[in-house]
Amino acid sequence: MTMSERKISVGAFFQKYTMVIALVVVVVFFAIATGGGSLKPGSINNLISQNGYVFVLAAGMLCCILTGGNIDLSVGSVVCFTASIGCVMMDRGANMWLAVLAMLAIGLAIGVFQGFWIAKIRVPAFIATLSGMYAFRGLSNVVLQGYRVDISDEKFLFLFGGGRDCYIPDYIRQWTGAEGKPNLTCLAIGIIAIVIYVLMTIRKIHVQKKLNLHQSILGQVITTAAISAVVFFVTWQMASFRGLPTVLVWIALVLGIYQYITTKTAMGRHLYAVGGNEKATALSGVKTRNVYWFAYASIGLMAGLAGILTAARAKGIDPTYGEGYEMDAIASCFIGGASAYGGTGKVSGMIIGAVLMGVINQGMNMVGVDSNLQRVVKGLVLLAAVIFDVMSKRQKR
Amino acid sequence: MAKILLEMKNITKTFPGVKALDNVNLQVEEGEIHALVGENGAGKSTLMNVLSGIYPYGTYEGDIVYNGQVCKFSNIKDSEKLGIVIIHQELALVPEMTIGENMYLGNERGSKFAIDWNTTYAEADKYLKMVGLQESSKVQVKTIGTGKQQLVEIAKALAKQAKLLILDEPTSSLNEEDSRALLDLMLGFKKQGMTMIIITHKLNEVAYVADKITVIRDGTTIETIDNHGPEPVSEERIIKGMVGREMTNRFPPRQNVKIGDVMMEVDHWTVHHPLYPERKVVDDVSMYVRKGEVVGIYGLMGAGRTELAMSIFGQSYGVNFSGELKIDGKPVKMKKSVTDAIKHKIAYVTEDRKGNGLILSQSIKVNTSLANLSSLASMGVIDQDKEYAVAEEYRDKLKTKTPTVEQLVGNLSGGNQQKVLLAKWMFAEPDIMLLDEPTRGIDVGAKYEIYCIINDLAKAGKSVVMISSELPEVLGMSDRIYIMNEGKMVGEMKAEDATQENIMALILQSGRGA
Repeated sequence: MTMSERKISVGAFFQKYTMVIALVVVVVFFAIATGGGSLKPGSINNLISQNGYVFVLAAGMLCCILTGGNIDLSVGSVVCFTASIGCVMMDRGANMWLAVLAMLAIGLAIGVFQGFWIAKIRVPAFIATLSGMYAFRGLSNVVLQGYRVDISDEKFLFLFGGGRDCYIPDYIRQWTGAEGKPNLTCLAIGIIAIVIYVLMTIRKIHVQKKLNLHQSILGQVITTAAISAVVFFVTWQMASFRGLPTVLVWIALVLGIYQYITTKTAMGRHLYAVGGNEKATALSGVKTRNVYWFAYASIGLMAGLAGILTAARAKGIDPTYGEGYEMDAIASCFIGGASAYGGTGKVSGMIIGAVLMGVINQGMNMVGVDSNLQRVVKGLVLLAAVIFDVMSKRQKR
Repeated sequence: MAKILLEMKNITKTFPGVKALDNVNLQVEEGEIHALVGENGAGKSTLMNVLSGIYPYGTYEGDIVYNGQVCKFSNIKDSEKLGIVIIHQELALVPEMTIGENMYLGNERGSKFAIDWNTTYAEADKYLKMVGLQESSKVQVKTIGTGKQQLVEIAKALAKQAKLLILDEPTSSLNEEDSRALLDLMLGFKKQGMTMIIITHKLNEVAYVADKITVIRDGTTIETIDNHGPEPVSEERIIKGMVGREMTNRFPPRQNVKIGDVMMEVDHWTVHHPLYPERKVVDDVSMYVRKGEVVGIYGLMGAGRTELAMSIFGQSYGVNFSGELKIDGKPVKMKKSVTDAIKHKIAYVTEDRKGNGLILSQSIKVNTSLANLSSLASMGVIDQDKEYAVAEEYRDKLKTKTPTVEQLVGNLSGGNQQKVLLAKWMFAEPDIMLLDEPTRGIDVGAKYEIYCIINDLAKAGKSVVMISSELPEVLGMSDRIYIMNEGKMVGEMKAEDATQENIMALILQSGRGA
């Protein structure tokens, strides 16, 4: 009895944390393969800056996938389109904030537009967004007239993570007047984040105890400790480099908001419900069409933000930027355990999926793997993750 | 005595938690029409699924002896090879394809890589003629009516060289004229030596075509009646076999029954089929339910009960509605919106808990709160502690057996799933509860608990409409009973006047009159 129970719990453990384990293995593998190079402050910094758009887009994509495995193929083109408009505006002397607002508004508008066809007219999401993928790629070219447009607005670059100095300045050292490293502001923010996280876990365990929920407290303590350790390591590395990249602020903000939406709000609940059983959800009085609409509007807004980040990172835009971004976002969600049939998936899983993809990308680059082979590896990782999802579902039934 | 073509010996089939068939025996002689009768859920279809290999050898106990040989079918193909062909109640035709394509679907003429269309259509036409269809086999199936589609199904079966034809409710979607034609066609086939098993609810049809009648009740064979006596078997005789069971203490007693004013009333309610808008699924139905009353609606499958309930529930079924809905004496103009229905304090607890009721991939807690999430949320943010408390409260109240309300609903037994579904709608705080087959597919003990819950609801002043195709349940639970058949209300009885026999008789009379 206890033996079999333990077996089940070990199996369940591996099932639950497969991708975490895979991530650890991959990180360790590349750390060894690059002689520790992949864990250097510069590498970690690059990993975050380069993949900013993935986190932002994948957060929006997760909502779409939750509604029933629906995806948005247009985001890569929309990223390029919004960025094009913003860059042209700034190039012609528009105020930076006006440009930012325009990019977000256009992204949102596109999301609402596509969501209308998907939710109200019931055009299959795949087709509606495929047409968006073509159309907005073409429109980007029109806006840019085929040429690259550069950004010279230093403030824009600083705020959204482009150029040399896009790091949060060390206010603490400026204030105290002390020179040198590590970056104390960065460290302080990291430690505050860890403290808040630990306090939240304590509260959660407390509530669980009060409600007599039989959750493994040890498991939660270990998880919390592990995540805190990783956060501390990353903060420390960044503090001893140049500090917190500003793009991380945006990533954290987006991930935080989406974590909140998916776990705490009624709309989040409806996303899962529609993906789990649309008929039952509709018969419970939920307006399922609005749920779809929300998902696509939200990913449109995220595409606008990703456009800002992409333009800042590249200090400009050219008509080919953003190609394949949609696939990175989709892959992150699926690798992170979102079901291809909808109804299950978490922001935390998506983050792990995105980091896993990023680490593999960067590791292979550092080791010097041929870029074509890199795509093969990425493809296989995605396939393996989805096979795992399908198999583990089959076991249950 | 003719040769025994098929013998099913001591067939026992268990599903998780339910014994669907218990030592069933069936003997079919060559060249006869054998009718299989019984209430819904008695096990007729399960038995035929065992016979045709849908439930493969090894998943049931007992033997199938066909033509003197013990058969071990592992799929439908195996049984069809021997000439056992089943025609299911729901037509299995692809509407966009032609008749010929449908008839040879999975059984293509020519080779796998080059279908011989000439042979296909020529042979199809031949079989269509045998069933009396004038249509060309090149016509798309969607362009012909249901009666003809049923004939196409039969032609399809013949094309498989059927020796034993099983027809599962072949006339359930046909009108009187088409039904009669189909039965005559069966009699014609019999003359040519075909053996047939027919499953049907329409006892007049049984008396008309069957040589022998086997009655199944609660998963066991009750009796086999010979229809060759000097006088044809009376319908009363068959009904007695179908429903004659003991009824001691299967239903909790109602206490402190306080029946109040009329809570909900529908007048001349008519609903059309969403795909065939000319067809009336609910036809001029009028009914009412009082506060604190349990009203039973009895009818066979396809009588329009579910459609009636769902059309009342925010028009979630059907098109072209007419009629009036009054709640608390006031006429209600309800939009086509479930949200609106919930606002008017109506709840519909579906018969299809897995398909339309629950989200199996989510927890008990999430399912419990779904229909009334707004009461737990402020500004769109859910109070999760409160939600948990609510889920716990209903788990306690309904005695749902689960370690925690975080358990996924998909992992629960049928009875517990049904309790979660009830909890979900009780939490929506309705005044009127439309319960559609609230005890379908759950075991006797859980049924009793569900009955207690229903009684408690009525005691709390709710108006309960209980739709069921189990007569004893309707008789045991209701204060008043409506009887539906073919979309119409064909009768209303007080519980004390109702008996199984007079309800069945009402249905049969109305069926004949149509």
